[in-house]
Amino acid sequence: MNEQNTAPILEVRELSIQFGGLRAVDGLNMRVKKGQLYGLIGPNGAGKTTVFNMLTGVYKPTSGGIFLDGVSITGKSPVEINKSGIARTFQNIRLFKAMSVLDNVKVGMQNQTKYTTIEGILRLPRYFKEEKQMTEKAIELLKVFELDGEQAALAANLPYGKQRKLEIARALATNPKLLLLDEPAAGMNPNETAELMETIRFVREKFDMTILLIEHDMKLVVGICEELTVLNFGQELAQGETSAVLNDPKVITAYLGD
Amino acid sequence: MRKQTKNNLITFIGTAVVFFGLAALSQAGQLNNKINGMLVLIGIYVILAVSLNLTVGVLGELSLGHAGFWCIGAYVSGTVSLILQNSPNVAVPDWLRFTAALIAGGIAAAVFGVLIGIPVLRLRGDYLAIVTLGFGEIMKSLANNIYLVMDNNGLHFGFTQAPELAENSEGAKELLRGPIGMSAPQDTNIWIVTVVLLICLAVLMMFIDSKSGRACMAVRDNYIAAQSVGINVTKFRLMAFTISAAIAGIAGGLYSHSISLLAAKTFDYNKSILILVFVVLGGLGSLRGSIIATIILYALPELFREVGQYRMLIYAIVLIGMMIFNNAPFFIQLRERIGASAPVQRIKGMFKRDKKTAGGAE
Repeated sequence: MNEQNTAPILEVRELSIQFGGLRAVDGLNMRVKKGQLYGLIGPNGAGKTTVFNMLTGVYKPTSGGIFLDGVSITGKSPVEINKSGIARTFQNIRLFKAMSVLDNVKVGMQNQTKYTTIEGILRLPRYFKEEKQMTEKAIELLKVFELDGEQAALAANLPYGKQRKLEIARALATNPKLLLLDEPAAGMNPNETAELMETIRFVREKFDMTILLIEHDMKLVVGICEELTVLNFGQELAQGETSAVLNDPKVITAYLGD
Repeated sequence: MRKQTKNNLITFIGTAVVFFGLAALSQAGQLNNKINGMLVLIGIYVILAVSLNLTVGVLGELSLGHAGFWCIGAYVSGTVSLILQNSPNVAVPDWLRFTAALIAGGIAAAVFGVLIGIPVLRLRGDYLAIVTLGFGEIMKSLANNIYLVMDNNGLHFGFTQAPELAENSEGAKELLRGPIGMSAPQDTNIWIVTVVLLICLAVLMMFIDSKSGRACMAVRDNYIAAQSVGINVTKFRLMAFTISAAIAGIAGGLYSHSISLLAAKTFDYNKSILILVFVVLGGLGSLRGSIIATIILYALPELFREVGQYRMLIYAIVLIGMMIFNNAPFFIQLRERIGASAPVQRIKGMFKRDKKTAGGAE
């Protein structure tokens, strides 16, 4: 670990949040380097999703700082944080269900278009040009996830595994620097999980992406994560390279009990 | 051609054919008086229904005060028309005065849309329904109490009572007369209503089928996910709500220029609900559905006036029938079967070829 050489793309310093009397996350420190596949694991209720919600601005941290590429994004709104380059998926899938698969991805691309609402209503040339570009790019992205055959289908009508993939595609459509995946393998069978691992690896290569993920499926964690942070009751239990962390007696105790 | 573009075209052309056809028949004297009298109103209600569909169907926010925006549009545009008509030193041709009045009505309603939207659309939940409910009633009561008199000294404004005029007042003309209402010039006819309707319909279709419309639907389907992909939720909600209000204001302008005596009590809560019923039964988010539902649901009770007291009973049965037709599995299957049946497929086959040549665009 030559931390001096590679500046982290995401740095979390002493991050804490308190809900009433409950300190859901307490003094978390984390450094995710560019291009890394980083895992955030821990037993149920450890505060993993809360960390994601703070990273994406859904919750405002009580104290501590979040830095993306060295710039503080602490306490910014979800929209601003997405603009500065973080995209995410959700533990309970949140697609735009009554919209088509293609439109779901195009909504994600909105931040890269320039035409105004007036230009859209009057159907000026820029509308056609940018809509065409968007559609082409969206179809390309759907092909990566093998969803291009279903682009006209409603998102709600996709099978579960494909909904998860579509959510990742939509997040990538916003052109992020850092992708947060909240339990991408939840509810998937072993075959689907294996396929998902391939997809995540492929996404990292193709889009040169840094990925931070929450996962319970240990096979997936061991298979793709290079570094881990283990949370327990809101506190950091262990941190470091995957194999070392998973053999740490503290971690084993937290998962399996004494 | 894209499916949505094709759907929009069918709706647009269908509406144009139906309304221009009715207008032509009416002009040729082929329609009886009752239908003649209804045509303009049906057109106005269609405009109101499609505009409300933008708020309720596309944006997914419940608005119970659409009649309030309609009221603002009607009063503002009627007043503008009366002032321009009665000013001795302003000479504008009638068409220009009417156009200006319609635009003024739309702008006024849009301004109120923004004023309501800025505080309320920041919140999630049913606040918009509560606020618009109150807003509609407030607008009705305000309009019911406004007096406006014009004489050689200019405009005189009174609230709850007619303004007192100066001694040298000459040629006083009451423009707004509180509960009695106003009498704007009768400029609206079915041709104008049809043209305005088609323009409004086109604007709505273009809006919905653009990134702004997609953003609104994304917010409707999942608020948190929409924010997470960088959509400025409040901005797009405000935009859609304002457009919806502006179009209702324009419908108000058409309305105030279509009846001889406009009274504020027309714009009560029941009217907002009536429009909402058209939208909900026509299908949320479907402009075509709103248009068809409005025509059927507005025309039926009028046509059934002969049966007297059973009129509203029939209306209720039609409402229930439409609800079942929209949602019952049997009818959904039936519609799909009709769509897949031989004659329909043959008709579709006739258009197949140009689909191939014109396709590929998307």
